[in-house]
Amino acid sequence: MNKPILTMDGISKAFAGVRALQDVRFDLMRGEIHALMGENGAGKSTLMKILTGVCARDAGTITFEGRPVTFKNPREAQAAGIVIVHQELNMLNHLTAAQNVFIGREPMRGKMIDDDKMNRDAHALFQKLGIGIDPKAVVGGLTVGRQQMCEIAKAISTEASVIIFDEPTAALTDSEIEDLFKTILDLRGRGIGIVYISHRMDEIKRITDRVTVMRDGACVGTLTTAHCTKDDIVRMMVGRTVYEDPKSRSEVPADAPVALSVRRLRAGPLVRDVSFDLRRGEILGLSGLMGAGRTETARAIFGADRPDGGEVLVNGRLCRIRSPRDAVAAGIGYLSEDRKRYGLLVEKDIAANITLASLRDFMRGLSLHRSKEEEEARRHIETLRIKTPSEHQEVRKLSGGNQQKIVVGKWLTRDSQILIFDEPTRGIDVGAKAEIYALMHELARQGKSILMISSDLTEILRMSDRVMVMCEGRKTAEIPIEEATQEKIMHAATLREARRVS
Amino acid sequence: MSGNGSHSTSLLSNSGKLFHNFGKQRLVAIGALGVLYLFFCAAGDNFAAYNTFVSILDSSYYIGFLAIGVTFVVITGGIDLSCGTVMVCCALISGTLYFKLGVPMWLCLLLCIAMGGLFGFCNGFMVAVMKLPAFIATLGTMMVTRGLGSIVTATASVTFPQRHADDGWFRGIFKLMGDGLPSGGVPTGFVLLILLAAVMAFILNKTRPGRYILALGSNKEATRLSGVDVVKWEILAYVVSGLFAGLAAIAYASIYSTILPGTGNGFELDGIAGTVIGGTSLSGGVGSIAGTLIGVFIMSVLRTGLPFVGLQPHYQLFFTGFVLAAAVFADVLNRRRRKG
Repeated sequence: MNKPILTMDGISKAFAGVRALQDVRFDLMRGEIHALMGENGAGKSTLMKILTGVCARDAGTITFEGRPVTFKNPREAQAAGIVIVHQELNMLNHLTAAQNVFIGREPMRGKMIDDDKMNRDAHALFQKLGIGIDPKAVVGGLTVGRQQMCEIAKAISTEASVIIFDEPTAALTDSEIEDLFKTILDLRGRGIGIVYISHRMDEIKRITDRVTVMRDGACVGTLTTAHCTKDDIVRMMVGRTVYEDPKSRSEVPADAPVALSVRRLRAGPLVRDVSFDLRRGEILGLSGLMGAGRTETARAIFGADRPDGGEVLVNGRLCRIRSPRDAVAAGIGYLSEDRKRYGLLVEKDIAANITLASLRDFMRGLSLHRSKEEEEARRHIETLRIKTPSEHQEVRKLSGGNQQKIVVGKWLTRDSQILIFDEPTRGIDVGAKAEIYALMHELARQGKSILMISSDLTEILRMSDRVMVMCEGRKTAEIPIEEATQEKIMHAATLREARRVS
Repeated sequence: MSGNGSHSTSLLSNSGKLFHNFGKQRLVAIGALGVLYLFFCAAGDNFAAYNTFVSILDSSYYIGFLAIGVTFVVITGGIDLSCGTVMVCCALISGTLYFKLGVPMWLCLLLCIAMGGLFGFCNGFMVAVMKLPAFIATLGTMMVTRGLGSIVTATASVTFPQRHADDGWFRGIFKLMGDGLPSGGVPTGFVLLILLAAVMAFILNKTRPGRYILALGSNKEATRLSGVDVVKWEILAYVVSGLFAGLAAIAYASIYSTILPGTGNGFELDGIAGTVIGGTSLSGGVGSIAGTLIGVFIMSVLRTGLPFVGLQPHYQLFFTGFVLAAAVFADVLNRRRRKG
């Protein structure tokens, strides 16, 4: 094999006395796609931050293109040819694609920016990548996938020899993922070294050459992707095997009553006459592609957005839901995929978050009954197995899985009987995923009804008692789990309405 | 309740947390206040005198009330630019009611507070229901109230009854003077200020409205999606600010007697400055009434103390600017350390 373009050896780092990295080794060849995997908090991000000069290492060496290097800041790393494409896009939404790609190094003519040259260069770059983005298009108006492509174009235009992708597919649709993979493989063909960080096992298997797995700040090992199985990788990540079997048959009793009934619900262009029933103790999987209207349906049921029409019945009684307040009062809880934005007060402690939806129950006269709040929080920390030093911990300091459990705790405290989980395991690492799954099963067994939106077909098949599929705002299928297959679901998810061209 | 045991431990942890929350920044602020006071005592002749102490308090009542009220709004992540002019407008209107219409003084004072609350409600309605940016909505109210004061009084100034006049009793709310009392008077207003601050601190930290206001300042959408009526509670924060502007109007009238139409601009910034120096975050979700009071007193000590060391009062603005920037910088540093 050829010589590595990048070697990191013996890297150690501690934050305020807490070990983040311990003697980590990582190398990258020219023209290689090297996956970096590990649960959240395993040390992947810290390692990449050290590589790109965001933070300093305590010990260890970095050899890049044969020379030992230390980058003091990301700009130095970029100048040397190491760039990172972040999970959260760093695009300036009001500028054009070309302006974003060349920001900070605009081609000049005298004292003025040479817009023509900039647009020409951007156009050439996009062509090289095989993406048809108009250089003059305002970035905020592009799809997330295309914004990501701009970000990649920007990385390439700096003549980088190492590109780090941090969960690049998290926000992309399937076809955008295909385009991205084509681009990444093309970059590999041109001898660029690629670090690929992702939680998605099938992607790792598909496009990477080697996998390095990290756990608890240490390097567990490096495997050749072609010679290992998903289970090998998962076992290395969590140190145990995680069960992955699809559910074979519905676990809902045949006589379970209908808890939630949605009738001809309409809200905007993405919720068009959606009807379905959710039974007591059932997990109804809601599948579909990006933009199918699944989240919009959930938000309309919950009153987060005002529906245009339709009926929602809870336990057979018609409910006028015009705001989340009405929905919560009717016993519905919504767990958004974006927990930090829509689910949590990240700067408040666990206790304050858990009681937020049911504060009335924690009063003593006019005053908040703080010790009762703390007691409730401790109870959930124990039963949901939330890993935290105490109930006073600020929520932002917890991992994604533990944050999700706190949102669950909030609705359990409120005694909500119907829970809408929107992408319950997005951004949650493999080990915690299994715990969330077990928790959802347990909730269903206790008689709660769960509507689970998920883009992950394995998750849908593994969790659901019944699968409902949406496409372009319409319900296109309802499949009992006994008959559900990935193919059937994908077929329904792409069942577009025939449109007349006017 | 599961018995005394858990109760007493929770009390312990509460007080522990209280101390923790009171935190470094607030200790720094208290320290700064003490150092400032001692500095002026040492450097200025007679600064340590009782009369000076009372005049420091006198000049802090109205800004204190404005600042307590505006703290609630700032905690929601909003801003109230109108409280200064609302204060002056309320004072002018209630003074006019008294002199022109013969409304009894006690009713004028109550109406004064009520009018403040009404202006606050208008602000809250514009922000929470009409979704106007708080900056713009309260800027509008600031202009409206400033103009309204001039319209109602036909641009004439209003002088409230003197201490010994028939209806001058209300001045006793803020300062008792008379035979047998110290010549500087007894600062009863200080007791009132502390009492109301304690009540508002209780409301903020220990009641449902307070918790909701903190929550919606921290993350409004997450709070709404938890089934909380965020519109109601956000309006309430502005109403609190308005009511306290009304109270501030009474304090202002009883200390300074003469109210000029067209003034009031800039007082809101004093109130906001006190709030921010006291550690309330302009991005919302975090704040404390005790901190706000300390911030207000720092400004009062500066204003009263500077002439004692031979500097004109307008140097107060000059130095307050530095204090403000330093206080916020300390907060920024603190956050950065916690995050790092």
